[in-house]
Amino acid sequence: MSVLVFVENWDGKFKKLTFEIVSYASKLAELLNTSAIALSVGNVENLELEKLGKYGAQKIISATNEKLNVLDNRIYTDVIADFARKEGAEVIVLANNITGKALAPRLSVNLSAGIGSGVGKLPISLDPFVVFKKVYSGNAFAHVRIKSRIKILTLAQNSFEVIETGNNASIEQHKIQVRDEIFNTHVQEVQKQTGKIVLTDADIVISGGRGMKSPDNWPPLVELAGLLGGALACSRPVSDEGWRPHEEHTGQTGKIIAPNLYIAVGISGSTQHIAGVSSSKYIVAINIDKDAPIFANAQYGIIGDAVKILPKLIDAVKEVKGK
Amino acid sequence: MKILVCISNVPDTTTKIKFIDDNKKLDTTGIQWIINPWDELSLTRALDMKDDAASGVQKVTVAHVGLGSSEPTIRKALAMGADDAIRINAEPIDAFFVAAQLSEVIKNAGFDIILCGIESSDYNGSTAGGMLAEFLGYPSVSSVSSIKSENGQIIMTREIDGGKEIISMPVPLVAIIQKGIAKEPRIAAMRGIMTARTKPINVSQPITIESLTEVINYEMPKPRAACKFVDPENPKQLVELLQNEAKVI
Ligand SMILES: Cc1cc2nc3c(=O)[nH]c(=O)nc-3n(C[C@H](O)[C@H](O)[C@H](O)COP(=O)(O)OP(=O)(O)OC[C@H]3O[C@@H](n4cnc5c(N)ncnc54)[C@H](O)[C@@H]3O)c2cc1C
Repeated sequence: MSVLVFVENWDGKFKKLTFEIVSYASKLAELLNTSAIALSVGNVENLELEKLGKYGAQKIISATNEKLNVLDNRIYTDVIADFARKEGAEVIVLANNITGKALAPRLSVNLSAGIGSGVGKLPISLDPFVVFKKVYSGNAFAHVRIKSRIKILTLAQNSFEVIETGNNASIEQHKIQVRDEIFNTHVQEVQKQTGKIVLTDADIVISGGRGMKSPDNWPPLVELAGLLGGALACSRPVSDEGWRPHEEHTGQTGKIIAPNLYIAVGISGSTQHIAGVSSSKYIVAINIDKDAPIFANAQYGIIGDAVKILPKLIDAVKEVKGK
Repeated sequence: MKILVCISNVPDTTTKIKFIDDNKKLDTTGIQWIINPWDELSLTRALDMKDDAASGVQKVTVAHVGLGSSEPTIRKALAMGADDAIRINAEPIDAFFVAAQLSEVIKNAGFDIILCGIESSDYNGSTAGGMLAEFLGYPSVSSVSSIKSENGQIIMTREIDGGKEIISMPVPLVAIIQKGIAKEPRIAAMRGIMTARTKPINVSQPITIESLTEVINYEMPKPRAACKFVDPENPKQLVELLQNEAKVI
């Protein structure tokens, strides 16, 4: 028996999200009286792998093969399912991110394991196994019972505190075979922005809506994001109009994010927009209309013209941050 | 080439969600049902591909697991331009059940490209498409924001953290579709609505398979505390609250 947590790497490195899911898996393993095993797929150096032990993984498996440098959903599923069987995994934990969403469903069918997707906390009960998850795009929650013997959970980003336990974990290296004949994901080109904070990873997000009136009004938002170490986002009409790139569109049909702080400027707060940001720890709204629905979702608000408020806000941030 | 688009029937995205029977069931009174937004965009892209003679797409079919009551949603897909539809006559219990039913009707039907939306706006599971691919033993690509066919290969853009990858893959395949695939959903024209009435919806009976999950009950989100307003002339107060009260900057 074990809890197996799948950890992906970004150019050989882990990030906060990794430590969140390892912490979650360790805590769950503790409740189930078993141990947490981390499975890393692809090339990661020992020094990086060792970090997983700090968050409670008792064993770290590092599976490598040339073919694993590209995410081929079938090959990855094979590898994870193999180790899950070998290690007698009772629960498999993945991140509810791009990769987790690609793999968890395939694993589910491969192992006849029910999924609790996008969970934000530990199960409500272990027997029966019941998880708590967001449904109807954040307009409700459901208690979902997973009936199968093996369970798969995908953990929502920034929902679980990282816990350092300081375990000394053993590392097992496995040079594995993969079924070459099913490899089908031929990458022709990779386009990556470097040096930018990935929106879904950002602790602070500054977001602009149609109330910003024109793309020419964005520099203060960019400056604010820079000062706070945040990422930029926008509402759908803003990306539809081409004022901002599509990657920044948040909401039900865009990115779903959960930063510590979300600052919505000139955004009305439609249900579809809120669906993408409702898991933020704090929402600040700046809007000229005192009745804008965004205020019902915000903890802090300023009523007024964003174009006038932003320079003052920037000055205040500079002052308080001593810049 | 034949494309299949899987469609889910969901409450309109502005619906006020309420539950009945001790919070065990969705209150469906007054709900407007729509094609799940991502499925609608997937269908739009499939139809655009069919319109482009060079793409070699001859037929677009939609498939849906649901009872007769969801036929209006299927008709809407036909009115948008799908050629025909398959309905598996069963209450969709969970994603595993739905994917199993779909795989049964798809497995020998010779579809080249199967499109599924990345998420349905009711259960927000992001699971049916990947499950279907695994049931069929087909390759899958998730978070797809563009797709075209070129000399028998399918070229797709998939999102990765902080960027994108251009991928080619042979058919048959399952593509799990996200934002970017089409700008606006296609609107059904009057003629489409008329012809949709005569297009075939092939109803098939479900196979017996156990679901792996069940919803025990629902709960409404806790109301957020009232918003604290800050004087627009003095945003410094906001910065101080964020620093000392919320402790987020
Ligand atoms: C199926 C579906 C999916 C959708 N998905 C999404 C999604 O994922 N994300 C999304 O964002 N939307 C989505 N939408 C669109 C959504 O319904 C709204 O239309 C959209 O969110 C509105 O964007 P907005 O708040 O920027 O603009 P508006 O609603 O036009 O709001 C602009 C706001 O700016 C304020 N304002 C104006 N001038 C100023 C000023 N000088 N200073 C300060 N404030 C000012 C106004 O008071 C207003 O509140 C979706 C819609 C549908 C039907």
